[in-house]
Amino acid sequence: MPGHLFLDYVDPWINWDWLSTHVPVFLAALQEHITLTLIAVVVGLSISLPMGVVAHRWRALRNPVLTVFGIFYTIPSIALFALLIPYTGLGTLTAEIGLVGYAVLILTRNVVVGLEAVPKDVLDAANGMGYRPLARLLRVELPLALPAIFAGIRIATVTTIGLVTITAVIGLGGLGQLILQGLVENFHTPLVVATALSIVLALVADLALAGSQRVALPWARSA
Amino acid sequence: MSILLRVLHWFEDPAHWTGTDGIPTRLGQHIQLSAESVLIGAAIALPVGIALGHYGRFGNLAINISNVGRAVPSFALLVLAFQIFGLGDAPIIISLTALAIPPMVTNSYVAMQEVDPDVKDAARGMGYRELAQVLWVELPLAVPLLMAGIRTSAVQVVATATLAALIAGGGFGRYIIDGLDQQDYTKLMAGAILVALLALATELGLGAAERLLVPRGLRLLKAPSARRVTYKAA
Repeated sequence: MPGHLFLDYVDPWINWDWLSTHVPVFLAALQEHITLTLIAVVVGLSISLPMGVVAHRWRALRNPVLTVFGIFYTIPSIALFALLIPYTGLGTLTAEIGLVGYAVLILTRNVVVGLEAVPKDVLDAANGMGYRPLARLLRVELPLALPAIFAGIRIATVTTIGLVTITAVIGLGGLGQLILQGLVENFHTPLVVATALSIVLALVADLALAGSQRVALPWARSA
Repeated sequence: MSILLRVLHWFEDPAHWTGTDGIPTRLGQHIQLSAESVLIGAAIALPVGIALGHYGRFGNLAINISNVGRAVPSFALLVLAFQIFGLGDAPIIISLTALAIPPMVTNSYVAMQEVDPDVKDAARGMGYRELAQVLWVELPLAVPLLMAGIRTSAVQVVATATLAALIAGGGFGRYIIDGLDQQDYTKLMAGAILVALLALATELGLGAAERLLVPRGLRLLKAPSARRVTYKAA
């Protein structure tokens, strides 16, 4: 095992003494992690809602858009960051271009799928009641598509929390930075604690979103 | 000289096509690490997912395993494996395998679940025994989703194998990580292009394999919605 080649000292998985004096470090990392994630998901959602609506409305766009998005989605995040670095440098802009991009790819797909799942009868009824296209979209179609959109938000959020750790390689990373530090310094505590925090953050965010979906969308509770 | 021109020259330089740090060597390492992980992962995940889907048991477990998998950062997985198993291919393959399993379990479960119950009844009525029914009736019908799961896993493994360079692994990630360390943006971008192309080739290649494997009868039907798990680990 690395670490006890030269010393007889075994690094424990968690050094509680060190941890107790370094809580602020973890809080700062956690905060950066949450900020990076929030920006990505919120900006991503505000881009993909109109995009999804457009791709749904103009049928000819649907398949090309989803296919191109599928291709972009396969590009590894670290490769995307590396491609951007010569242009946008090391830092938040590079990270967010990638993170927002992947969130858009996830969310647009779910917006389209959600809008497609609205039953034709409902659309007919809305037309019969005299809804104009925009009002029908806002008051009938989008509310019915919300469960699928929420599912997308949950996936995008959890995925982004994982991807943020990779931005450690370009100097950010939130908790990922502590994971990298643990690797570089061969010191287990920041690595183990940051990993655990990252997993807990993802699970808590997922549960919180699931909970707020139940509260916000009472008509979709059975789903 | 613009960065893109320099990257082009990097690719033209014969020195980058030979030796231990040459593109063929790095490509071989990347494919080897990825293929071994996907194959080991498939050998574990597919029987589990297929069995759970066939019997319709533990559906929540099969579905949620990819949600849990999504929450575990692949980067942390690699670093932890390195701390436990030390240098070498073992920690890389172990963590990539762990990463490959969840989407394959979920997709193969859903694939088997979605086989039309009438078809299963018909097979039973024709006298198929259980194993024969799974092998000759249910599995062929499950191929599209099953393969979609393998494809999702493979693309994520190829992407994450790039990070193996952080724990002294080989593969195309070397160019990216070394390029970052040496502030050699030409090498960095060349590596990024190679990794992106390999991920795309994996996606398209397995997509083509999927079309070949889908039984003719299924192909004649309206294209089945190949719903795959949205999964991005790296």
